[in-house]
Amino acid sequence: MHDYLTHTRGLRSWLTTLDHKRIGLMYLFTVLAFFLLGGVFALLIRLELFGPGRTIMDAATYNKIFTYHGAIMVFMVIIPAIPAAIGNFILPMMLGAKDVAFPRLNLASYYIFIAGALVASSALFLRGADTGWTFYTPYSIRTNTTATLVLAGAFIMGFSSILTGLNFIISIHKLRAPGLSWSRLPLFLWALYATSIIQVLATPVLAITLLLLVFERLFRIGIFDPAIGGDPVLFQHFFWFYSHPAVYIMILPAMGVISEVIPVFSRKPIFGYKAIAYSSFGIALVAFIVWGHHMFVSGQSELANFVFSLLTMFVAVPTGVKVFSWVATMYRGRIRFNAPMLYAFGFLQLFTIGGLTGVFLATLAINVHVTDTYFVVAHFHYVMVGGAIMALMAGLHYWFPKFWGRMYPEGPARVSFALLLAGFNLTFFPQFILGSQGMPRRYWDYLPEYTMLNRVSTAGSWFLAAGFVYAAVYLWRAMRAGEPAPANPWEANTLEWQTASPPPHDNFATAPVVTDWPYEYRDPLVPASASRSLP
Amino acid sequence: MFEKIFNGDLPLKGTQVAGSWDSLYNFLVWLSVFFFLLVVGGMVIFAMKYRADRQGAKAKYITGSHLLEAVWIAVPTVLLLIIFAWGYNVYRTMTHAPADAYEVRVIGKQWLWTFLYENGRTTVNDLYVPMNRPVKLIMTSEDVLHSFFVPNFRVKQDVVPGMYTSVWFEPTMPGKHRIFCAEYCGTSHSGMIGQVIALEAAQWKAWSAGKEIGPVPQAGLELTAAEKAHSGAAGAVLTLAERGAKVFAAKGCAACHSIDGSARPGPTLKGVFGHEVEFGDGGRALVDENYLRESIERPQARVVKGFQPIMPTFQGLVSETELSALLAYIKSLK
Repeated sequence: MHDYLTHTRGLRSWLTTLDHKRIGLMYLFTVLAFFLLGGVFALLIRLELFGPGRTIMDAATYNKIFTYHGAIMVFMVIIPAIPAAIGNFILPMMLGAKDVAFPRLNLASYYIFIAGALVASSALFLRGADTGWTFYTPYSIRTNTTATLVLAGAFIMGFSSILTGLNFIISIHKLRAPGLSWSRLPLFLWALYATSIIQVLATPVLAITLLLLVFERLFRIGIFDPAIGGDPVLFQHFFWFYSHPAVYIMILPAMGVISEVIPVFSRKPIFGYKAIAYSSFGIALVAFIVWGHHMFVSGQSELANFVFSLLTMFVAVPTGVKVFSWVATMYRGRIRFNAPMLYAFGFLQLFTIGGLTGVFLATLAINVHVTDTYFVVAHFHYVMVGGAIMALMAGLHYWFPKFWGRMYPEGPARVSFALLLAGFNLTFFPQFILGSQGMPRRYWDYLPEYTMLNRVSTAGSWFLAAGFVYAAVYLWRAMRAGEPAPANPWEANTLEWQTASPPPHDNFATAPVVTDWPYEYRDPLVPASASRSLP
Repeated sequence: MFEKIFNGDLPLKGTQVAGSWDSLYNFLVWLSVFFFLLVVGGMVIFAMKYRADRQGAKAKYITGSHLLEAVWIAVPTVLLLIIFAWGYNVYRTMTHAPADAYEVRVIGKQWLWTFLYENGRTTVNDLYVPMNRPVKLIMTSEDVLHSFFVPNFRVKQDVVPGMYTSVWFEPTMPGKHRIFCAEYCGTSHSGMIGQVIALEAAQWKAWSAGKEIGPVPQAGLELTAAEKAHSGAAGAVLTLAERGAKVFAAKGCAACHSIDGSARPGPTLKGVFGHEVEFGDGGRALVDENYLRESIERPQARVVKGFQPIMPTFQGLVSETELSALLAYIKSLK
């Protein structure tokens, strides 16, 4: 019997595939390629900051490098990584469906993403861009770098995000297997649903904003440039109206992965299923009304600051519900230390620090001193890398047997996990201290008193790099020659595990029927899947 | 230990507000340590205690607890509301300047700060203020966004072209307090550094009257030997070039011009004097006193090839005496 990897052969069969699994993997490899590029830029940034003054590059080059790092990691890595790559592969299978609702649109989304990424990347070969990934006006209007291309690229990639979100929402509504009621929906899908809503509703605002900025650069229309009657602060409102919810596009799917991994490896039902599902929507809702917390010192009114600070506090409540529920799930479990679970531990450690420091930033007075310093840089890396990338690693290991029909090796996975966790804390924890001491972000040069902590941070980045390179090596080897994987190596209940590894082209030999919720883990294991139709 | 890690090295408390800020920050640090230990400690303990390879390992079937959920919704909500109120309270103190504050106008531009005082004095990058008196800055920008940030005072405010923003502080510690630009503003963003110079009453009186004042140390420090030696106040007579070096530093020239040949947004000044330069339009000229004077007062007139016409004019910001000293200094840079 052919699986989806051998169903048809040749590069052309991949490039024109309508199979959600193959499209998911194409996203995955694209995202990983950009992750490599963004990572190299990150290492260059840290290397330049090894000492004050010039280390390896001049200020103008440095400003371009941090712009590339930010734009690539946000638009081409973290936003598509879990929803478009893992989500594409797993969502239809978790639903018990053959594919997403609109397979052809799905492929189109991938090519729109590629087109946008190419347009944005082409700036690298011209005069670059030095605006930072936030494109704040009026600097972004005046810079003589090729920022227009990066803006246009991000504009195009936005459509890919919107269409993928649309595809997922409709798939979840229309393609659930018989018996898969809303109250039995796996939490990863709840998280993807909440994410998709944000993608569909918020991304158009970014598209309009970027388009206006392109027009401002090309035709001087006077929207954002005060010299011709525009308002530079208006740009920040527009930008963060998308980019704050976008933070949750990055973290909600990550939370979804963790919600799957922890019960499976604790052999227990998830603690507080409904609260976790609702909290995804709580976060998605609050996401839309807190953008102003990026602008507490921008000149925004005191009333606005009051409201945004208060609302932002409420992000912590549903986030706390999830974190506490994950820990409670482990209580009296039978915990297995496979790599996905290790990465979930790493996620919890790092995300807890990221979340708690978010409360510092939401607090008005505290924000004034630490905003635009390394404190903010450390905070969002703890959330975005410590959270989203750790969860991506958890997901990559968890679903690795399903993707390739092969197992990854546990020993090397532990080594890379240890390198990543230690390297991450070493790189980013010192940055909290640097920020509280007042070192501003986006600084090519710094005062001598900041040298020591910057050195520690730079050394940490090498551990991080080693961890990622090592993971790439053993995962690549395992993909080609790992131990053959059984259909359900983790004894998990969600539907993607109730079919062969790797799955057949149509996912399931016979259409599955669901008779129970996915977290029915009883010990000793009663195979919950006994009541499901197996191929 | 955590206190040391987090804030053993917080910046100096240059104002009373800085003290209130530190208290709130400390509270948040300890609260975070508590919740971190609760979550990560709980995780580690459960992972150890309930690991699968222990004897008779068996998971218990638990799906949730409404009581626990109510607790971990209610307790954080109350704590967050307290944090919000405390934060807003300190924020109000930080942002509402007393009516009798001494006002200084501030103009940010790439990549220096200009300060305009009510007595007509103008300074670049050095902001002279009296101690123990509220000072209010009314700020705007000539080009892009900047942000006025004094870590020792825990205040920061974006400086926006086309509108006025303001910030206030009341220094309680004499000496120089660093000013950073905290909003990315282009190539020399990290070079846009100034200092608030908080003066004791007598010094402030002298400075306001337009008199020379002696050297001022970094806040919290004594004068270094070098500062004393270079001050001229100790009786040593500075050479003209040495006086020029002080002007060079005080006017923020170093943000864009290196003196050692390294690359910055503007041409390096090392060894330029007496040599020919080529302009963007293909013209050439010998770098002499008149060309340098033109470049300082009308920087856009003839721009060196390979550089952008981004330098602001310093006409009116540099006196004839300062200009002469500056030119002597540039001439000395071999």
